[in-house]
Amino acid sequence: MSEKEIKNLEEIFEARIARDEKIEPKDWMPEKYRKTHIRQISQHAHSEIVGMLPEGNWITRAPSLRRKAALLAKVQDEAGHGLYLYSACETLGISREEMYEQLHTGKAKYSSIFNYPTLTWADMGAIGWLVDGAAIINQVPLCNTSYGPYARAMIRVCKEESFHQRQGFESLLTLCKGTPDQKNMAQDALNRWWWPSLMMFGPTDDESTHTEQSMKWKLKRKTNDELRQQFVDQTVPQAEILGITIPDPDLKWNEERGHYDFGKINWDEFWQVVKGHGPCNKQRIKDRVSAWEKGAWVRDAAIAYAEKQEKRNQEERKAS
Amino acid sequence: MNKESLYDYILTIADNCLILGQRLGELCGHGPSLETDIAGTNISLDLIGQTRSFYQYAADIEGKGKTEDDIAFLRLEKDYKNCLLVEQPNDHFGYVIGRQYLWDTFYLLFLNELQNSSDETLSAIAKKGIKEVSYHRRFSGDWVKRLGDGSEESHLKMQEVVNGLWPYVDELFDMTGVSKELIKQGIAVDLSKLRETYFKQVSALLEEATLEVPERKYFVYGGKKGVHSEYFGYLLSDLQYMQRTYPNMTW
Repeated sequence: MSEKEIKNLEEIFEARIARDEKIEPKDWMPEKYRKTHIRQISQHAHSEIVGMLPEGNWITRAPSLRRKAALLAKVQDEAGHGLYLYSACETLGISREEMYEQLHTGKAKYSSIFNYPTLTWADMGAIGWLVDGAAIINQVPLCNTSYGPYARAMIRVCKEESFHQRQGFESLLTLCKGTPDQKNMAQDALNRWWWPSLMMFGPTDDESTHTEQSMKWKLKRKTNDELRQQFVDQTVPQAEILGITIPDPDLKWNEERGHYDFGKINWDEFWQVVKGHGPCNKQRIKDRVSAWEKGAWVRDAAIAYAEKQEKRNQEERKAS
Repeated sequence: MNKESLYDYILTIADNCLILGQRLGELCGHGPSLETDIAGTNISLDLIGQTRSFYQYAADIEGKGKTEDDIAFLRLEKDYKNCLLVEQPNDHFGYVIGRQYLWDTFYLLFLNELQNSSDETLSAIAKKGIKEVSYHRRFSGDWVKRLGDGSEESHLKMQEVVNGLWPYVDELFDMTGVSKELIKQGIAVDLSKLRETYFKQVSALLEEATLEVPERKYFVYGGKKGVHSEYFGYLLSDLQYMQRTYPNMTW
C-alpha cells in the first residue's frame, strides 16, 4: 500500500471514530491504534487477574458465611472480567499466552494498587469502596470507547464494579457501626488505601504521555487530574457517612472552585511501585508465575486428551 | 421427632459442604487456568450457599438462638462431623479434582435421595442442590478423564491421586450421626443403599479415564466421629480466625 493510500485509510478511520462509529476486529486500523489498545486492554485484564490475589487472601478468613460467599462471588466476577478482557484483546491479534508471558516477565503492567498488601478484613471493604470506586470513575467513559469489543466488555464490567463498590461501602459501614475495634480497623484501612487510590488515576496531566492520542480515540474522555478530582469530591461525603477520617490534613472544601482541595500526592512512592518496588510487586508476580508453571502439566494433559479424542472421532467417522 | 438427632444429622451433611467450600476457597487465583479458577470458585460458592441453608435450618431446629455463623465458626475441632475426604489438602490440581469427583459422585446420589425426604426443608435444599452438584460432577468427572487419559505425566499423577484418596471413600457411607429413627421416619437417607451404585459409577469413570480402580480394603474412618486429620486444625484456624479474635461482633 502506498503512503497516500494509508493516509487516506487513516482519514476515513479517524472520521468514523469522530462520528462515534465502533471499530470492529476485522476493520482496518492503524498499527498504532492496535498496539495502544493491546497495551491498554491487556493491562486492564492483568489488573483483574492480579487483583484476585489480595482479595483471595481473605476468602478463607472471612468473618461470616455471608461475607465469605460475597467475597467469593466478587473474586469470581473479577476472574470473569479478566476472561472477557483477554478475549477482547485477542481480537486484536495477540494470544493469551503472549499476554501472560508479558505479565510474567514484567513487560506488561497492571494496576499498581494491587501491589499493596491486604492486612485486615477491613481492607476488603476499603478495596470495594475506594479501589472499585476509583476504577469505575476510570472505566465508565470506556463504555463509549471506539473499539467495539472493549466498549461492550466495559459495559458489563462497570455494572458489576458498581455493585462491588456498594458492597464494599456497606461492609465498611457495618464495621463503623460496630465496636471500637471494628471502627479502628476501618480507619486503619482508609489510612492505608486512601493515597494509593488517588494514585490509581495516574500521573498529573503535565506528566501523562498518552493523554492526547487517547482522547482522540475515546480511550479517555477526561484527564487524569479531572478524574482524580471527581473521585475526591465523590468520596469525601461518603467518608463522612462512615464517620472515619481521610488521612489528609490539607483536605478542605474550596467554595470558589466548587471542589475539594487535597494534599500533595507522594509521586516518589507512585513511581517506586510502578517500577516494581512496591510492597507486594514481587510476591504478586511470583504467585502468578507459580500458578502458571504448576498448571503446565494440567494444560498439557488437556491438550493431549483433546488430541486423543479428535483422533478417536476421526477413526469412528472412517469406520462408519 | 427427636430435635437433637435431626440437628446432628444436618451437621453431618452440611459440615462437608463447609469444609470442602473452605478448601476450594484457598485456591482462588492460583489455578492452572482462568477457566478452572472460575469453576473452582463457583463450586466453592455453591457449597457455601448450601452450607448456609443447612445451618440456618439446624439453628431453627435447635431453637437456642444460634446463628449459621455460630455453627460454622464456633465449634471445637471434634465437633465438626465432615468426613476425612473433604478436608484433604490441595496438594496439586489433581488432588483438587480427584477429591471433588469422589465427593460429587457421592453427594449427587445422596441429594437425589434426600429430595424425597419427608422433611420438607431438607427436601427443598436437596432439590436446589441437585442442579448445582450435577454441574460440579460433570466438571470434576471431565477433568478426571482429561488428567487420567491425557499425557503420560498426568496419568501417573492422577493414578497417585486416586490411590491416595481411595482410603477415604468408604467413610462416605458410614452411618455415624444418622439415627435409625430418622431413617424410619423417611427423613434421613440410608447411606448403605448408595454404596453399590457409587462404586459402580466411580469405577466406570476411572476405567474410562484409563485409571486403575484400587482394591477395596484398608479404608480409613474418623471424621464423622470428630476424629480428623492433622490438616484439619490448620484449616479451622483460618476459618475461625476472625470470630475467635473478635468475638460477639456483627460483620
